[in-house]
Amino acid sequence: MPRIIVCIKYAIDVSQIKVDPTTRKLLTADAPRKISDFDKNALEEAVRIKEKHGGEVIALTASSEGASSALREALAMGADKAFLVQDPALQTADTAAVSYVLAEAIRKLGSFDLIICGEASIDSYSGQVGPRLAEILGIPIITYAHKISLDEDIIVAERSLEDCSEVVKVKMPALLTVTKEINVPRVPTLMDVIKASKKELVTWTLSDLGIQSEKVGAGTVQVLEVSAPKVERKKIKIEGETPKQIAEKLAEALIRDGVLGG
Amino acid sequence: MSTFSGVWVFSENLDLTVEMLSKGRELADKLQTELSAIVLAQNIREQVEDLARYGADKIYFMDNPIFKNLQVEPYLSALTNLASEHKPEIILIGSTKRGKELAARLAARLKTGLVPDAFRLEIDEEKRLTASRIVFGGNGIAVENCRTKPQIVTVPPRTFEKPKPSEIKANVIEVDVKLEEPKAEVMEVKPVEATKARIEEAKVIVSGGRGVEKKEDFKMFEELANLLGAQVGNTRPLAEDRKWFSDWVGLSGKKVKPDLYIACGISGMIQHIAGIRDSKVIVAVNKDPDASIFESADYIVVGDLYQVIPALIETLKYTLKSG
Repeated sequence: MPRIIVCIKYAIDVSQIKVDPTTRKLLTADAPRKISDFDKNALEEAVRIKEKHGGEVIALTASSEGASSALREALAMGADKAFLVQDPALQTADTAAVSYVLAEAIRKLGSFDLIICGEASIDSYSGQVGPRLAEILGIPIITYAHKISLDEDIIVAERSLEDCSEVVKVKMPALLTVTKEINVPRVPTLMDVIKASKKELVTWTLSDLGIQSEKVGAGTVQVLEVSAPKVERKKIKIEGETPKQIAEKLAEALIRDGVLGG
Repeated sequence: MSTFSGVWVFSENLDLTVEMLSKGRELADKLQTELSAIVLAQNIREQVEDLARYGADKIYFMDNPIFKNLQVEPYLSALTNLASEHKPEIILIGSTKRGKELAARLAARLKTGLVPDAFRLEIDEEKRLTASRIVFGGNGIAVENCRTKPQIVTVPPRTFEKPKPSEIKANVIEVDVKLEEPKAEVMEVKPVEATKARIEEAKVIVSGGRGVEKKEDFKMFEELANLLGAQVGNTRPLAEDRKWFSDWVGLSGKKVKPDLYIACGISGMIQHIAGIRDSKVIVAVNKDPDASIFESADYIVVGDLYQVIPALIETLKYTLKSG
């Protein structure tokens, strides 16, 4: 019966980021956080595997601040246990550091058959943690899976690439990254939420994992600046009495701009 | 003095390799260093000679059937071994899905940083590579740099123009390094329909969003597209929620940069806008006067697409014929 670890990012809810109108800087510190969308797909897939094959689902997060609400939600969605690595040093951690911390936490968790991650996070959309984690742990990886099945110790996955779609198989233990298309994550019922409050949620610090915080905060990538993209559009309203008038005015403008090809 | 020097480019997609050579040349010139392309493929000798004319100083190549299924482990082991030996200071990797996985795993093996999906690359005063990319679902542009070397960056297709072939040829060097076998077994490969033209290359795109009521209504867009020599696109909800299409235009789907993008019944989610931001002219047709797409449009039509688009088709039939 598979033991599955799902890595979850407590990500910035990108739909709720506000911009400082004068500096054009993003006010990310004030934005609410939630489970990154693709990680919900990862969790849902893990729970479905458990429902079919038995086993155990463990949710794992590394975060600098209060991610326990995200893990409670993961428990309500069907995870059996949750582990939170929480440390202020993770505030400035980059993907290399987060992958390293997750790998150490996974080693502490003991044996596993499958690790599932979202294809990328909604906020930084870098897609590095899954592949880096697989390298650190020395296990095979299948990225961008949109359909998977288990057969004994083999995983078969379908993935869409730019020029083709592939069906591939690997032997477990392995790591999968999944896309949004793989499933529709369930919405927990009130009963699920109540049950989740009784499940085990363990918090670790970096020192519990034997990691020095300086090793995590330094980072291999430095973010020099983040600003809102400038939108320089003409925003000209095309108005008219009838659709025909509107269409004519629009066609004229597009011909003037030289973008109609002919 | 740094022991790392040289700019490398690699992609399993040779067109993308060539595109990256133009930017690679610029970076190498600014750093007064060499530009090398890494080519790893099966039956590649002839193409390598052609590739040698696109601005690289050196081409390191391996011709091996192990690369036939384009799997990551053979590329990864080749690049890890080559980079450990030659110590390039910059590695640009084509940001395909395979390339993104490869780059992240390479960065893990070489214990270095990686900036994904850069749309702008510059060398700053301290001779560091700075890379700009879209973050926070299109809400932000981040400028980042790697503190460690090699500095790895992935570059999406069509970010940089393909350079013109030159008379000067690169020094072509066949290499032989230890390769790892792929860990996954490929059971089946289904090519994407070859007839489907690539929307990333379209000059004009007519795109539909949630304001389109039925899939059949896309016939209207196809008619308009035929008139304009355009291609038809759609937003993610039509692919994902309604299952009408397998792909979409947007940050997580196809990023496009046509001369003209006509957005019909598209509300203007930030992820969609991020995928069309490089369009020259954007027209938005939407019933809702407060639709956020209008913030990113050059021409705003507040109206029913079921009236405006047929009228536009009629007008263009007349205009384009007489014009």
